[in-house]
Amino acid sequence: MARKYREVGKAGWGYTALTTVVGFIYFFPVFWIILTAFKTRTDALAVPPKLFFTPTLDNFYSVFFRTSITTGNSQATDMGLYFFNSIFIAFTAVGFAVIVGTLAAYAFSRYPLRGNDTYLFIILTTRMMPPIVVIIPIFLMFRISGLAGSYWGIMLLYTAFNIPFSVWLVKSFFDELNPEIEDAARMDGSTERRVFFGFCIPQILAGLAATFVFGLILTWNEFLFALLLTGVDTRTVPVAMARTLGGEVGVDYGLLAAIVTLFLIPIFFVTFLLQNQLLRGVTFGTVKK
Amino acid sequence: MTIELRKLTKRYGTLTAVDAIDLDVDDGEVLCLLGPSGCGKTTTLRMIAGLEFASEGDVLLGGKRVNGLAPRVRNVAMSFQFYALYPSITVAENLAYPLHADKLSKTEIAERVARVSKTLQLDGILNRTPSQLAEGEKQRVAVGRSIIRDPNCFLFDEPLSRLDVQLREEMRGEIKSVLQDLSRPTVIVTHDQLEALTMADRIAVMRDGRIEQVDTPHNIFQHPTNLFVAGFIGTPQMNLVPATLTSAQEDGVAEFSVEGGQNLKIQVDRRICELSAGARVTLGIRPRNLEISHEAVEDGLSTKIDMVEPMGAETLAHLYDGKHDLRVVTDWRVPLTEGEQVHTRFLPGTTLVFTEDEQVLRS
Repeated sequence: MARKYREVGKAGWGYTALTTVVGFIYFFPVFWIILTAFKTRTDALAVPPKLFFTPTLDNFYSVFFRTSITTGNSQATDMGLYFFNSIFIAFTAVGFAVIVGTLAAYAFSRYPLRGNDTYLFIILTTRMMPPIVVIIPIFLMFRISGLAGSYWGIMLLYTAFNIPFSVWLVKSFFDELNPEIEDAARMDGSTERRVFFGFCIPQILAGLAATFVFGLILTWNEFLFALLLTGVDTRTVPVAMARTLGGEVGVDYGLLAAIVTLFLIPIFFVTFLLQNQLLRGVTFGTVKK
Repeated sequence: MTIELRKLTKRYGTLTAVDAIDLDVDDGEVLCLLGPSGCGKTTTLRMIAGLEFASEGDVLLGGKRVNGLAPRVRNVAMSFQFYALYPSITVAENLAYPLHADKLSKTEIAERVARVSKTLQLDGILNRTPSQLAEGEKQRVAVGRSIIRDPNCFLFDEPLSRLDVQLREEMRGEIKSVLQDLSRPTVIVTHDQLEALTMADRIAVMRDGRIEQVDTPHNIFQHPTNLFVAGFIGTPQMNLVPATLTSAQEDGVAEFSVEGGQNLKIQVDRRICELSAGARVTLGIRPRNLEISHEAVEDGLSTKIDMVEPMGAETLAHLYDGKHDLRVVTDWRVPLTEGEQVHTRFLPGTTLVFTEDEQVLRS
């Protein structure tokens, strides 16, 4: 007997269940961290791990306020500043990178140089080595130029870090566009500036959103360079988080989990806002016009 | 307004895409650039538009040299192969877009859009976006967008290549009638000879960046100047038979020895007597100028029917003379059996003779 053919576009119960299980496995660590953020220190360290407990907001309070053991006064921590730093640095740097990357990508796509592919390859090679390899020269450059510890320094570094990725991704979006539309706009009296801003950019907005979010996630979580190149005032959350480890009482898992949970919110929010664009962005060009 | 091309050349590195072409298009004339893919016809069009700059030579619009000028300064309208409609705006906005540079009032723009949409029957779809249109509608919007202004000339790049056969016939007529009302020089690029033959006042046949012949559709078909044009124009293709001249008379009656050994005595152009016996030539004859006969004839070849393709009102037969395939088109009523031995008569005065340098003999 012939095998029953499933109607296209409909998943059966089996596949749905399988996907749910896989999804759950992926999400579980995140789920556990969020759960821990609401636990007291005793609950967090309980063996066997507790799934049901009385939730507390103490951890979130102590992210921003520290109670002195000797005087009993509470004192604001610098965590608010670090959250601001993370948001400010990541958004600005990735924003710059997408802008520069888009301009460069348009040039690479529409006005190829002699040896265009070689240039593109060289740009890509900067992403081929593990960043830790260049940490010493970069550190020295920052020390000598005085950029170490400043906002400019770390933003410049993150911008430079995201440009190769932006150029490659955005170029592929430009390559997918029908150049006739640009020619038509030229025939209809558009200046080159208008061709670019009025016709090219609107067509790849979804792609730009995707590029921005990918860059943002990478930058948001970056630890190594942030550790070495930020100062007390420009420290980002990942570095600040690492600094809560250790001390006389050991790792405060509740506090750590609370910072992580708060740290997830902005990126989650951005991704959620742009999810439709993202889906269109990553599938861009897979359906021929 | 006229378009003139003077020794126009385009090189990409070592490749010469367009090679010193000269061409004039008069006011109100429709000229088709016809040729196989990669022959330089679209490059030529883009140089007239100003989307590509010439490596050498000049483009003149209305007698004025426009070489270094941007497209918008040239005031040329062009419609593209893939229509190039602006994807994010409606049909009405697409139509109005070319007017934005002209600083017209809102009412005037609305008037022009209304006029064009009436001419091309776009009234019902003005508020749709391009992605909601059928191919034929897209084509009409593209044409509408190019005629909404009053440009110096019109350029069409493969205007019908994306349409299906029925729509193509419909649009061919529509474009032709629109163009007749415009009385501006128009250049149409196409690789489809039927399109060129039906729409053009004159056709320029191109090959490898050069123009092989410029003439009226009738003359291109009846009097091709060389072997390439003869073989390129006409469906089914012209039969081209290599032969050697045996003898020729003053009145143009000549005897040939066809490759494969058969002899053929036919009436050709009088200039055949300029050639000496033994000259290598190519005989060209259209499939509709061959006649199938069951008796042996002097002005024909003995052949075997290889394959029969009914085409409706006519039948296309492939005949084989032992060396070449000959295509013959006959009335559908003529009985043909595959494998049958027949004689193929060359109707007098219809055979063209091409000399060894591929040029036709014509007095």
